[in-house]
Formats: sequence, structure tokens, C-alpha cells
Amino acid sequence: MSLTLKWIIQILVCILATQLTRFLPFLVFREGKTVPPFVTWIGHHLPRACMAMLVIYCLKDVSFAQAGAWVPAIVATVVTSLLHLKFKNMFLSICAGTGLYMILLRLIP
Amino acid sequence: MRRILKRAFPETLPVLAGYIFLGIAYGIAMKVRGFHVLWSISISVFVYGGSLQFAMLEPMSRAAEMFAPLTLFFLALLVQARHLFYGLTMLEPYNRAGAVRPYVIFAMSDETYSLVCSGAPRDLPENKWYAAITALDQFYWVAGTVIGALLGEMIPVEYLTGIDFSMTALFVVIMTDQTRGAMESVRDGSMTLPQALFPPLLGLFGTLLGLLLAGRDSFLLFAMAVILLGFGVFYQTDRKSSAKVQREGRVKKP
Repeated sequence: MSLTLKWIIQILVCILATQLTRFLPFLVFREGKTVPPFVTWIGHHLPRACMAMLVIYCLKDVSFAQAGAWVPAIVATVVTSLLHLKFKNMFLSICAGTGLYMILLRLIP
Repeated sequence: MRRILKRAFPETLPVLAGYIFLGIAYGIAMKVRGFHVLWSISISVFVYGGSLQFAMLEPMSRAAEMFAPLTLFFLALLVQARHLFYGLTMLEPYNRAGAVRPYVIFAMSDETYSLVCSGAPRDLPENKWYAAITALDQFYWVAGTVIGALLGEMIPVEYLTGIDFSMTALFVVIMTDQTRGAMESVRDGSMTLPQALFPPLLGLFGTLLGLLLAGRDSFLLFAMAVILLGFGVFYQTDRKSSAKVQREGRVKKP
């Protein structure tokens, strides 16, 4: 299979999944239908589990074999979170966190 | 339409700042991985979901040696699942939206939801208001993507090494916000402490467990299964404890 075709399939898969989540409520809950309590409940709690999963997913290539392979990512992750707790400014947190990561990446062997 | 855009534009300014910035980060990240700008634009137009687009980067750039569309499908479902609940909130207004109904459902996003969930101004046609907010937001996102791709073209790649961390930083920032919000809900009594802490911990440890047991190439499906299973179990105990709270509350009230 050619690489282009693989990319197209991957994009289509993501479009399908995304649009499924966007259109499903409108298809399932037509007038007068009540939403099951489990659905409302998990909708309230799932996003937080999901973001935690994505953070670990991003850090999956961190290796503890040598400092250069984990210090930049771990330090920048902690600093990003602390900056955001303190200043509540997404732009600042992401720019400073990414900048710090890029600097540490070049400084630590 | 002009009158409506004039009123809608100021409302979307915070989204403008956020989306242009994140869109640029995405455009650069795609460019660094060697994707032509047309790929980035198509994804930003048709997938249009920040977290998922960043999560897609790695599967796409490794498609040659590892191609797992089913895993990607479930990952996309889980990452986007929150849209189900945006849809549930917007059922009635969007069902009234007529010709723009398919578009406003198609292009829902976290930020658009935050702007439309409180309804439209009374003196403006509701459907055009929703369409204007939705279209402006998506325009910012696509514009940011294009700017990012152009910047990625101009700046030599060796200077950009590590800029991918913006994706990690985005998820960390969202997670920090979510946890802060949950702790505020604990303080005002609308959420219990287990309800606030269990989901992020389940996400963290479920994924770490998957990473340890299944390895870094195929841990996501495992992690998603653990998370859903964990929620199933937690739901039972959570329902019991909240039922108990309600019962005791009723006893005390006389």
C-alpha cells in the first residue's frame, strides 16, 4: 500500500470517528428521548482521564538511560503545569514550556 | 450577514488568539515532519479537532512502518468523545438551525461550544449567529495552520527541533485546567473528592500500565480498555455513594 493511501485512510478514519461523536447525539436523541444516566455521568468524567492518557502518550519515548533522554521532557512538563497553575495563561504556559524544552534539549547531552 | 459577523467577531477574539497560536504550532509540527501544507489544511478543515490532530501526528509520520487504522479510530473516538456531550447540550437549538444545521454540527469544537452553549442574542437570528461563531472559529484554526506551515518552510528545520513539545504542553495545560476546575467543584460541593481525582489518576496509571505491559507501539488500545473498565467499576461505587448521600440528606431534612 502506498504511503499516500495510508495517510488518506488515517485521515478518513479520524474524520469518521470525529463526525460520529459530533452527529450521534442528533441521530439518537430525537425529540422527547431521555439520555441514560451513565452517558451523562461518563461525559462528565471521561475528558479528564483522556487528557491524562494523552500526556503519557506524548511522554512515551522518554527513556531513563541517560539524562538527555528524560530531563528536558520531564522538567518542561512540570514547569508548564506550574506556570499554568500560577498564571492561567495558555499562551505563556505553552510558549515557555516549549522554549524551555528546546533549550534543555540542546544543553543536556 | 455583515451585521451578524460584526457582532460575533468580538465574542470570538479569545478564540482567535488561541486558535491562531495553536494552529501555527500544528502547521509547524506537520511541516517539520515533512508533510505538504495541503495535508495540514485538509486535516484542519475536515478533521478540525486540535487534540486529535496533534495525536494523529505520530501515527501519520510512522505510517510506513506501523499502520494501525483501528487503533487510530478508537483513539480518535476517545479523544473526541466529549463532542457527544456538546451535541447533547445543543440538541434543541441546533435542530432549529435549518440550512446551517449540518455545518454547525460538523464543525463543533471545545471553544465554539463555550461560545454557543449560552445561546444567541435575542435580537439576532439564532441560526445565523451559530453559523457565524462556528465559521469564524474554524477560519482562525485553518489560518493558523497555513501560517504555521509557511513559517515551517522559512525557518531551517534544525532550529525547530523540539517544537513538537507544544503538543505535550497543550495537553498538560488542558489537564491542569481540568484538575483546577474539578478541585473548585470539590470546594463548592458539586463534586466529591473521589470524582475529582479518580478520572485523571485512572488515565495516568491505566496508560502507564499499558506502556509497561504492552510496550510503546501498541499500548493505547490496552490503556483505553483499562480506562473504560475502570469507569465501569467506578460508576457502580459512585452511584452507590451518591445514592447514600441523597438518602442521608433526606433523613436529615425531616
